[in-house]
Amino acid sequence: MTKTRISEMFNKLKETDDKAFIAYMMAGDGGLDKLPYQIKTLEEAGVDLIEIGIPFSDPAADGPVIQRAGIRALNEHVSLRAILKKLTEIKSDINVPYVLMTYYNPVFHYGLETFAEDAAAANVSGLIVPDVPLEEEPELKNALAGTGLAIIRLATLTTTDERLANLVDGAEGFIYAVTVNGVTGKRTGYSEEVYENLARIKEQSNVPVCAGFGITSAEAAETLGEHCDGVIVGSQIVEMFHQKEEKDIKNLIPKKHGERVK
Amino acid sequence: MTETYKYPSAEGKFGEFGGTYVAESLINTLEELKVSYKEAQQDPGFQKEFDYLMREYVGRENPLFYAQRLTEKLGGAKIYLKREDLNHTGAHKINNAVGQGLLTKYMGKTKIIAETGAGQHGVATATIAALLGLECKIFMGAKDAARQELNVFRMELLGAEVVKVEQGTATLKDAVNETMRYWVQHMEDTHYVLGSVLGPHPFPQIVRDFQSIISKEAKAQILKKEGRLPDKVVACIGGGSNAMGMFYNFIEDKDVELIGVEAAGSGIDSGKVAAAINRGSVGIAHGAKMHMLQDESGQLQGTHSISAGLDYPGIGPEHSFLFKTKRASYEYATDEEALNAFQELSRTEGIIPALESSHAIAHVMKIAPELPKDEIIIVSLSGRGDKDVEMVKAELEARK
Repeated sequence: MTKTRISEMFNKLKETDDKAFIAYMMAGDGGLDKLPYQIKTLEEAGVDLIEIGIPFSDPAADGPVIQRAGIRALNEHVSLRAILKKLTEIKSDINVPYVLMTYYNPVFHYGLETFAEDAAAANVSGLIVPDVPLEEEPELKNALAGTGLAIIRLATLTTTDERLANLVDGAEGFIYAVTVNGVTGKRTGYSEEVYENLARIKEQSNVPVCAGFGITSAEAAETLGEHCDGVIVGSQIVEMFHQKEEKDIKNLIPKKHGERVK
Repeated sequence: MTETYKYPSAEGKFGEFGGTYVAESLINTLEELKVSYKEAQQDPGFQKEFDYLMREYVGRENPLFYAQRLTEKLGGAKIYLKREDLNHTGAHKINNAVGQGLLTKYMGKTKIIAETGAGQHGVATATIAALLGLECKIFMGAKDAARQELNVFRMELLGAEVVKVEQGTATLKDAVNETMRYWVQHMEDTHYVLGSVLGPHPFPQIVRDFQSIISKEAKAQILKKEGRLPDKVVACIGGGSNAMGMFYNFIEDKDVELIGVEAAGSGIDSGKVAAAINRGSVGIAHGAKMHMLQDESGQLQGTHSISAGLDYPGIGPEHSFLFKTKRASYEYATDEEALNAFQELSRTEGIIPALESSHAIAHVMKIAPELPKDEIIIVSLSGRGDKDVEMVKAELEARK
């Protein structure tokens, strides 16, 4: 089961009282040939799980940095099919679990059953689909049944307790908590409210809770990490790859398997 | 003979179409909108205010005009024009803008935002913002804004701020995405006045309901004039709001044929079209499952139509449903045919139609001559053509 890799990763971190560092990258930004290098770079920097972004023409939940990366990837004619093919080729060289972050249409258009087979063959552990909320999940869930792919659900700070109960019921992999009400990209500072809500989500959830959206430094990652099971960094990493500053990605990670870097 | 048509479902579905394909962060707001809209619908005070503005501000009811000279020239079916072009601001768009403007106040919000392509919906939204004293921001693709400078000025004149969207293809679909992004961050005091029967539930329903006044009036008018229902009802389709408004009160009348007319641009097989049903397939974008133009990897495609108001890659989910269930049929007209109809209606009836509506007229010109003289067609004249005159002049001169 591919999704068990996610829980194995969290269990291992738990042994050393550590938090997960999850990195988002846009597949095809700079060309698809760069994908193995990008994954290797993240792995060597100490990333615990990789979110592989699939480019989409209409990324309504993304801020400017990831939008631009998506357009660059589309200009390279990168498709979900080509990405899965590449991942299948290199899967034995990848030592961390990876999930796809994709809008629904590329998956739907692929054909849900075929996609499920191909993604499982590519050792993908799960899916984050920002435009498929709980209401629309059954179609996808049915198609993925038996493949071992987790559907990773999102929760927000304003998600009501009643809705949260439904979200955590049957949640797989981890809960992706959106810490700022908005789209992906840079933000400054977090309020007490953020921490209280993270605690609220964590309390209800029986899978790990990771927080994303807006982290740009190791300090922010560390602070936020204290209130959940892991942090997700996206725009900053995408921009570092684009600016050829990927050697600095490791500086965003506040620890390495229990040993604090700082 | 008639069966009750009750869509969307509680989950916002029209059969398999529609739904709520949005980020988790929007769910609460859409839920709030759903609840408030339901309350407003049942509140006689809200309905009264809507009726008042429709009458005193928009200028309804507008006429159902018998186009006698066009009918005689084509030599077949009797043609009636539903004159949405006579509304304040010159198109059907104002019906929805008034409704959602009132809904904004009903919800206690003070700001509205909207996307616009050519600027018609932007102007309608800016208009209602001025009337109701709401703060207003309009998102417009930078390319569209450059093409429609006068409409940008119009919106500014009405007190709205026009935000030019540089992202993506810098056209309508990108303006939709950007409006969504802005909305997610400002939901507390801001309502998104979506302009067509598109987007996540409950928008397709809300917009349809406010636009359904078109067919409500047309039905009563034709019964009064002809003592019977029409044989065919025809409307142009971009996102599909005027068509949904024109169809809605006829859906249960199974003998009334409903015909939508998409934009075939440079030719239906030219690859330069905006015909989501005729040349697209089912997909998910902008919050709903619907027909849309997409490439082999599920990316939305660029569109082309001489008419900016039809230049959108998707079609409202309810149209997808009416198509799938064969309750409505979806035809198409090219740029050339629309230009021709634009001139024909101007000359025969003294009515300059919008290029959008000209697509519907073009289809009527194709079918009317073959139909018996006792058949009745109602066509939605969704807007007036003043906004298009300059462009049509350039197009016609280029053809000389």
